[in-house]
Parts: sequence; structure tokens; C-alpha cells
Amino acid sequence: MIYRENGQFKTTYQADQQIFTIAQDKIFVLAVIAFAFIGIPFLVDEYLFRAILIPFLILALAALGVNLLVGYCGQITLGAGAFMAIGAYAAYNFFIRIDGMPLIAAILLGGLSSAGMGILFGVPSLRVRGLYLAVATLAAQFFCDWAFLRIKWFTNDSSSGSVSVSNLNVFGWSIETPIQKYLFCLCFLVAFALVAKNLTRAIIGRQWMAIRDMDVAAEVIGIRPMYAKLSAFAVSSFFVGVAGALWGFVHLGSWEPAAFSVDRSFQLLFMVIIGGLGSILGSFFGAAFIVVLPIFLNQFLPALGSLFGIAISTAAVSHAELIIFGSLIVFFLIVEPHGLARLWSIAKEKLRLWPFPH
Amino acid sequence: MKFRSLALAASIAAIGLTSTIATTSAYAQAKEQFFPVIVYRTGAYAANGGPWANGYVDFLKLVNAKGGINGVKLSFEECETGYATDRGVECYERLKGKGATVFQPLSTGITFALTEKAPVDKIPLITAGYGRSESQNGAVFSWNFPLLGTYWVGADVAIQHIGKLAGGLDKLKGKKIALVYHDSPYGKEPIPALQERAKMHGFELQLLPVAHPGVEQKATWLQIRQSKPDNVLLWGWGVMNSTALKEAQATGYPREKMIGIWWAGAEPDVKDVGAGAKGYSALTLQHGAEPGSKVAKDVLELVHAKGQGTGPKEEVGSVLYMRGLISAMLGVEGVRKAQERYGKGKVMTGEQTRWGLENLNLDQKALDGMGFANVMRPVQTSCLDHMGSSWVRVHTWDGAKWNFTSDWYQSDEKVLRPMVMLASGKYAEEKKIAPRTPEQCKQ
Repeated sequence: MIYRENGQFKTTYQADQQIFTIAQDKIFVLAVIAFAFIGIPFLVDEYLFRAILIPFLILALAALGVNLLVGYCGQITLGAGAFMAIGAYAAYNFFIRIDGMPLIAAILLGGLSSAGMGILFGVPSLRVRGLYLAVATLAAQFFCDWAFLRIKWFTNDSSSGSVSVSNLNVFGWSIETPIQKYLFCLCFLVAFALVAKNLTRAIIGRQWMAIRDMDVAAEVIGIRPMYAKLSAFAVSSFFVGVAGALWGFVHLGSWEPAAFSVDRSFQLLFMVIIGGLGSILGSFFGAAFIVVLPIFLNQFLPALGSLFGIAISTAAVSHAELIIFGSLIVFFLIVEPHGLARLWSIAKEKLRLWPFPH
Repeated sequence: MKFRSLALAASIAAIGLTSTIATTSAYAQAKEQFFPVIVYRTGAYAANGGPWANGYVDFLKLVNAKGGINGVKLSFEECETGYATDRGVECYERLKGKGATVFQPLSTGITFALTEKAPVDKIPLITAGYGRSESQNGAVFSWNFPLLGTYWVGADVAIQHIGKLAGGLDKLKGKKIALVYHDSPYGKEPIPALQERAKMHGFELQLLPVAHPGVEQKATWLQIRQSKPDNVLLWGWGVMNSTALKEAQATGYPREKMIGIWWAGAEPDVKDVGAGAKGYSALTLQHGAEPGSKVAKDVLELVHAKGQGTGPKEEVGSVLYMRGLISAMLGVEGVRKAQERYGKGKVMTGEQTRWGLENLNLDQKALDGMGFANVMRPVQTSCLDHMGSSWVRVHTWDGAKWNFTSDWYQSDEKVLRPMVMLASGKYAEEKKIAPRTPEQCKQ
């Protein structure tokens, strides 16, 4: 009843090519963004900002990058953590070695360095596919773990191997309080999500999807696989690298290579698979699921126990958290193999017919 | 369909319960001194994190059983990190909102991350026997307290001990000492101090990193077999320690020549190896296994006997249990000292506790009175020295238990002090912190 496009006629090509062709969708998304910018800073306490919202925004950005590569171009990667690390360490080096380097420029340069390495590690994708490619990208992970642990130059000869940044500011506006950090990350995420959405609607995204669906056929219709695949690697690594730089600079403040271990790579891949392959929205759902659920379970289970007068030990909670988290992943994959994004679109379909489904 | 409605019901129930959480956590703001307990009882390092956490919590319970700090009862809440830095940061954010007194993260990685946050939130950070070595300089690191010892102290004493066994530090010339370390900030901390000593005495330092979690050490020990170092320093944690000892046994490297840091000298590290670890020595952070100490007996009597013990009874008095207990004691004593200035019987804020920790003065009489006779030596902190004490002993595993085998050592201030000043100065410059002047320290 409320969600129906009846009466919305498109009279120009421009109107037909909008991101959101239905007015209700557009209003809804704009309202969500406006709420994120204006409403949330007034409603949310520091814990939610620091422990949930900021990690969610940054990992959503990383998941977006991985989704471009895995979901849209069909190239499986297990090296996302490595590209986050490259982004973080490159940005760190640009930031401290060049005097007066602006923060945003350092972060974007970190992303560019990551894109360069992404192209390099994407080269095997021209010859190998599927699981074999996954193994090849795993090499990037091990290489980066090694490089950032062993090559002292990258960590500015820090004796402990841990690096840190502080006094972040953008145009004289310092990024210190959780609200400022949140808004800073949110700006990045909104800008990059818009870019990603448009890339996937443009010629380059269509080339990626053609390669994903059948690379031989794509080649026959005139798509150059090398260009399409390497551009996917570059763009994806750029996104992931920027997310890595934000993770180090804004979220952690001080980090070591363990922050970008192979676990992180798996985590990002899971986000994309659970959220929905080949869906921008799915990246957000996946990130929310993976970031929020473990923390939620960790706090929810003791409260549940105390409700029934049972004190659950910390270790038991932690084990239960892993068990429930794991089974929920399996549950969602069985109920909806296309990810949470698909559940969302089913809900929209239903809403269209509501309240008269027949 | 049934499945789906079940899932729907479950999620609705979950949402309903979350709203009750929000209300239940509100009443924790009573008149109690809140101690956040950051622990890892799961994950790769659980075997070592568990006893530490039990000791920490048991001591807080003991203080409550004895009537609190001048009548102020302690409350606490655990948060599990699994030794992961990002979960540690989440725990910190979660617990700091509940009026946290002092944080003790038991992880060098988490310490590094929290060092950036503690000054903003004005909550002191005690890192007894770990953390950043240069944070000893309280003029720069106002909120960090590496009480009892840092890794530079450990490295310094280890070399002193090796020198003593060799018959003098001058005998170290031309020798080769290998450092087998956990490849993380924790393991890398001692390297600058060891390099400094290597320059002074002319021994060769061989660095052998082991990747997390440390179960894969075959290549490392083959290198040791090849290069035959005169001594091996072990800077491991958790499963890495027992693996190293097993590999040493397999490659035939004499355990008598191996010395571990105080985190590589507890029961879980050697128990599995048993007789194979015989002769292996480790530094101690003053105390060893102290089941006979009065404080351990107090815990058994006032906490465990009432069925409130946190861990198994047998664990009370073991090395890491004592470490956790002493860590908690230091935090509690910081609060007690702060109460002397800001009002007895009141709940102290993080900022007030910081003052207490900075002016901590536990003499032998006070320690003996609390049941730490023969366990600890005096601790006295100041603005410039947030460490308070650098006494170290060495204990050796005889196949069944740890026995002290050396006299007390102290780190050489002449060597370490300039390094601390240099490193903290560099940090202050990077972070644009103006070190506190002696006048500011008095406030």
C-alpha cells in the first residue's frame, strides 16, 4: 500500500537511469543517511560509537571492496587482510615521513599503494581460477605478514614492531572524539559506497559481471579479461586499503600486523558471502552481522543467564558465542544461500503486495 | 514454515531481553569501587590467562571478605578478549563506562592500543611485568604503570645472570646468545636492551622469531642446533613455551642453558614437558610459586572455603595465579593510597587512583602485613619512576616444582635509565606531549 511505484512515470532517460528508480526507495535511503549523519550523533553513547559503529563502518567499507572483487568479478580472494595492512602501513609511512601530509591524502595514498599491490597479486588471476586463485591470493596474506613483521623500514624502526599515529586532523578540524571519528568514517563510507554503486552500473561493472558469469563468453563479445580482472583487483584493493588505513588510524590508533591477520581476510570473505555476493547493500548487512553479533551474544548471554539466576562463566560465554555464531552462519546459508541482501529484497517484494497478497 | 516462525519468535525474544539488559546494567552504579577484569580464558593462551584471571578475581573477593578498602566494597566484571587486540579495545570501551578504576589488560598488544586511549579517558593502566618499557617514565606516560618490572629489566637481569654464571660479565665477550621470541610487540620489547648489553660486553645476539601462536618451531630449533648459541633466552607465552622446551629436548639443546622471561616460567609451561624441562630456569617477577604464603592461605580460608573460589583450589599459589593476585593487590593499594588523600571510605575515580599509584609506597612491613612476606620486596613509585621496583630472582624447574636458584638481582639503572629517557622522549615528541615538570608532578 505504501510501497508501490504506481503513478511514477519516467519521461526522460535520465530519470530511468537513477540509482533508485522508485521514489520510496530514494526517500528511504536518503532518510537513513540523514539519520546516520544527524540523528545518531545525538542518540548514541560512546561505547556504541567506539565498539560497534566505527568498526562497523570501516569493515563495511572493506567488505564493499571485497564484494566488488568476489561478488561482481567472481575472483575469490583470501588476501583482503593483506591489502588492509598495505593500506594502513603505506598511509602510516606517508603520514609520518612527509611533513605536513594531510590526513585524507595519506589515507588515499595508502589506498593507491594497496591498489598497486592488488594489481600485482591479481596477475595470477589471468591464468588460474576459483580455488586455485584463492590459494594464490593467500600468498599476498603471508607475504604481507612477513614484510610488516620483518622489514623495519615499514614500521619506522619501532623497537616493538607496533606503530601508532595521533593528532589527526582534517582542515584544522581534529579527529579525536568518538563522534568526530564516526562522522569521518561515515563520510568515507558514503562517498565510497556511491562510487561502488555507480561503478557496478557503469561499463566497467558490467564487464566484471560478464567475466564472473562466463569469462569465455565475455571474451567473445569483446571484453578484455586482463583489463577487467586487473581493474577489479585494483579497485577492490583500493577500497580495502582505505578501510585498512582507517582501521589503523581511526579505530585502533596503534597497531601491529596481527590486526590484519589471515583471520581478518576470512572475516571479510564471510561478510560478503553472508551479506550477499554481488550486492552493495549486502556488504553492509554482512559487516553488521559479523561485527555486531559476537559482541551482542557476549553481553546477551550473561544477561540471559542472570534472568534465570544462572551465573555463566566468562569462558563459557565465549565458547557459546562461537558456537551460536557458527550455527547462525550455517542457518542463514541454508535458509538463504544468496545472503541477507536477498532476504531484504524478498521483504520488499512482499511489501509491494501488502496488504493484499492476491 | 514452522522453522521460520521459530526463528522469528527467537529473535523477538532476543530483542525483548536486550531491553532488560539496558535496565539491569544501570544499577551497577552503586557505591562500590569497580574493577574491570580483562581476561582471556579461551583461545591459544587460555592455559596461562586462566590462572592469572583467577588470582586477580580471588584477590578482589578476598578484599571484600576482609571488609573492602576502608569499607568500600569492590565490584568487578570480566570481559573476555581471547588475546585479540580489537576485542580488548571493545572490552575497554564496554567496561570504562561503568566507572572503571584501573585497567590491566595482560597483553602487550592491547596495552599499546590502550596507551593511546587511557589519557583521554583518565583511567590508569597497570601493566605489572609487561607493556611498554619506556612507560616507566611517568613524566611522559602519566597513565601507564609498568609496576615491578619491564621487559628491559628482564633482559638486563637475564644478561647479568648469564654473566654471573659465566664468572663475570667480561667473560661474555665472544659468546653467542640467542633470543627465541614471540613475534609480536611482546617478544620484540627486550631486543633494544639486549642489543645495548651486547654492545657493552661484546657478545653476539641472535634473533629468532616464532610466529603466533608458537606451535611451529622446528625451523627455529634447527637453526639453534646449527649455530650452537651459548645460551638461549626464551620470550614466549602460552603454548609457545612448552613447545620450545619440547623442541629443545628433541634437538638436544641443554635446558640448563635456557632462561625464560617471567611469562615463560610458570607451571603450564613446563608441566607437560615434565622431566624434559628439568634444569630450565626462568626469571621471576619477584615471586615464584607461593602456595605457602600467608595471602594464599587467606584466599583458601576466606574465599575458597566459602565456596566462592574462582578457579580450582589446587591452582591457588601457582606462579601465574600469584601474578594475577599481586596485580590486583597493586591496583587495590593504589586506591587505598588515593583514599588517604581524597577521603577514606569514598569511591575513587580513575584520576584519583592515578595519584595513588604514582605515590605508592609499600614497604616490607606493609607487605608482610598483607601476607606477602617472602613473596615480594618493597615497591615505591614516583612521578619519574612508574615501575617502583626492579627486583628479580631466578627459579629453576626440578621436574616437579619451581625452586629459587639465585639471589636477588636488580636491573642496572645506568644502562636502562638513558634508554628509557631516550625512548620516552621520542614518544613525547611524536605525540606532542609536554613531559610533566617536577612542579606538575606534585599536584
